[in-house]
Amino acid sequence: MATLQLKQVVKEFGDARVIKGVDLEVHDREFVVFVGPSGCGKSTLLRMIAGLESTSSGDIVIDGERINEVAPADRGLAMVFQSYALYPHMTVEDNMGFSLRLAGVAKAQRREKVLAAARILQLEPLLDRKPKALSGGQRQRVAIGRAIVRNPSIFLFDEPLSNLDAALRVKMRIELARLHDELDATMIYVTHDQIEAMTMADKIVVLQNGLVEQVGSPMELYHHPRNLFVAGFIGSPKMNFLEVRVIGAGPDGVTIELPSGATCEVPVAGEGLAAGSTLTLGIRPEHLYESEQAVVEGEIVVIERLGGETCLYLQAGDDSMTVVTDGDVAHRVHDKVSLAFEPRRAHLFDAEGDALPSLHRHPLAAMKRGENRASSSPTPDDQ
Amino acid sequence: MDNVIRRRTPGARLSRFVVYAVLVGMALVYLMPLVIMLLTSIKPLEEIRPGTLLALPQAPTLAPWITAWGEACTGMRCEGIGGYFWNSFSIVIPAVAISTGIGALNGYVLTQWRFKGSEVFFALMLFGCFVPFQVVLLPMARTLGWLGLSSSTAGLVLVHVVFGIAFTTLFFRNFYVAVPRELVSAAKLDGAGFLRIFWRILLPVSAPIIVVSVIWQFTQIWNDFLFGVAFSAYETQPVTVALNNLVNTSTGVKKYNVNMAAAMIAALPTLIVYVLAGKYFVRGLTAGSVKG
Repeated sequence: MATLQLKQVVKEFGDARVIKGVDLEVHDREFVVFVGPSGCGKSTLLRMIAGLESTSSGDIVIDGERINEVAPADRGLAMVFQSYALYPHMTVEDNMGFSLRLAGVAKAQRREKVLAAARILQLEPLLDRKPKALSGGQRQRVAIGRAIVRNPSIFLFDEPLSNLDAALRVKMRIELARLHDELDATMIYVTHDQIEAMTMADKIVVLQNGLVEQVGSPMELYHHPRNLFVAGFIGSPKMNFLEVRVIGAGPDGVTIELPSGATCEVPVAGEGLAAGSTLTLGIRPEHLYESEQAVVEGEIVVIERLGGETCLYLQAGDDSMTVVTDGDVAHRVHDKVSLAFEPRRAHLFDAEGDALPSLHRHPLAAMKRGENRASSSPTPDDQ
Repeated sequence: MDNVIRRRTPGARLSRFVVYAVLVGMALVYLMPLVIMLLTSIKPLEEIRPGTLLALPQAPTLAPWITAWGEACTGMRCEGIGGYFWNSFSIVIPAVAISTGIGALNGYVLTQWRFKGSEVFFALMLFGCFVPFQVVLLPMARTLGWLGLSSSTAGLVLVHVVFGIAFTTLFFRNFYVAVPRELVSAAKLDGAGFLRIFWRILLPVSAPIIVVSVIWQFTQIWNDFLFGVAFSAYETQPVTVALNNLVNTSTGVKKYNVNMAAAMIAALPTLIVYVLAGKYFVRGLTAGSVKG
């Protein structure tokens, strides 16, 4: 059992405010991912939870106990670092058992615990090696093993996969998800990679400039981003943004006029919006499709064929657009294409960048990662 | 370098030859004094008188070495420089050990436990590398007097430790700056405290820079003359001072062979340290500049 609460947590370095008041609740056995661009404060926040950075103000609470002043080793946490931070002069076994040795655990018991952790990670054949004789992936596993040996109430991961190559990263991602199930532990994971966040998290915390932009399940962030930043950060390729004009707003949604002159009604709450005011329309590349309707028209500038799907980069008037479409489309560069989208797939953002709340909740928005397998594949179609 | 494919033109060969010729020439110039010293130290005086410096000894003898070690006169006494040789060791060994130890601890604090003003502190420390020895002679003499350490071996050790710390701190600080902070963070989470992290995590990886620090300090302190002559009594003189006295003591004929042998004896420890640990010295100095 381990829960974590952050209450108005602030971190200042001299005059610079790096974390500007973060509130967060992490439930027992939850896999929480902090994601954001570099410099957003996500790693600092993690180091504050670990006790490696002091907290300027606010409370960090683990299982109901305020731990601001508790030493890092006594917080019941274990951390896995980006650089693995293995002790170079110790064998794998000594690396993993170092904390137990410091705690005065007898040798036989130490070995037993290290072996148990090594078994989970298939590290048994490597126990006598030094870190420099290991590959990157093996080092990463040892670092995770060292964390497991401590039997922590919360695991902290600081960009643990960013030093690995792409193939290994995918493998470790799956391994970490498996580990989360197997250990039944609370995990907090920091990354700048939104794919890692989407694939592993029960709950994603999007950070920018030391502030939480949005907290929610991956599908909630994808389908109901609260603002332009989250909309642009989650999803790949990035969401398209177009400036549109309001024609009218009613109980069923907001009617807008696109740069092409086409109009459509987006089902979001926007009553009281003045006709003629400008909004930003957001539409994901995978939600655009080719159609005679020609809501958007553009010329193809670049084509990226991935086999299974194709990315088209368009110039539509003054706007650049990205479309993800079928792998078998026969378009060439400079072809003209006309596109449409389902209005319920679109997002509208006001002048401040905040999303107008959607009138329909996506049925997957509340789904957690662990439920994916169990539930009987609900249709993505909500209307 | 070796895997660069280059066409060997005659011009390239010539310039290569010139480079090697210059290098060999310079090496000879540097080695010459040592060779002459060695040759002279094993010649009897009769062979030295003709002035044929480079001639090989006709009747090599170790007598000058034995005289230099145990019989030659340094000032009023004629006991050789052997005793002073051990004096030097009893100054150098504690001074090197203490200054290296403190330097390591300083470097550890300056990199892994940064505090407000630690950069300024380090800058001031660096300044200590450039303080000329002459400037501190008088204040140091007063200080040693207050401490009751005048003319004692302990006093000389203290002086060398104080002067050495600036350099050893610099060495260790620059070495530990390259040690990832995450390593120390991991140790903190594993439950290690300030001294335990130093002892269990940092010191075990510090071998290269310890070698650098030891060689540097050993040579500096062993070769020191100024502090030795200023702060020692007759009994606590280091070998450098004794060597000077030996060479300057003029009773009758100048025994060049004995002088040379004494100089060789005085120079031998630093020479041996370099030969044994020289490659680690270079390795340690460049360590950290390249990511491991």
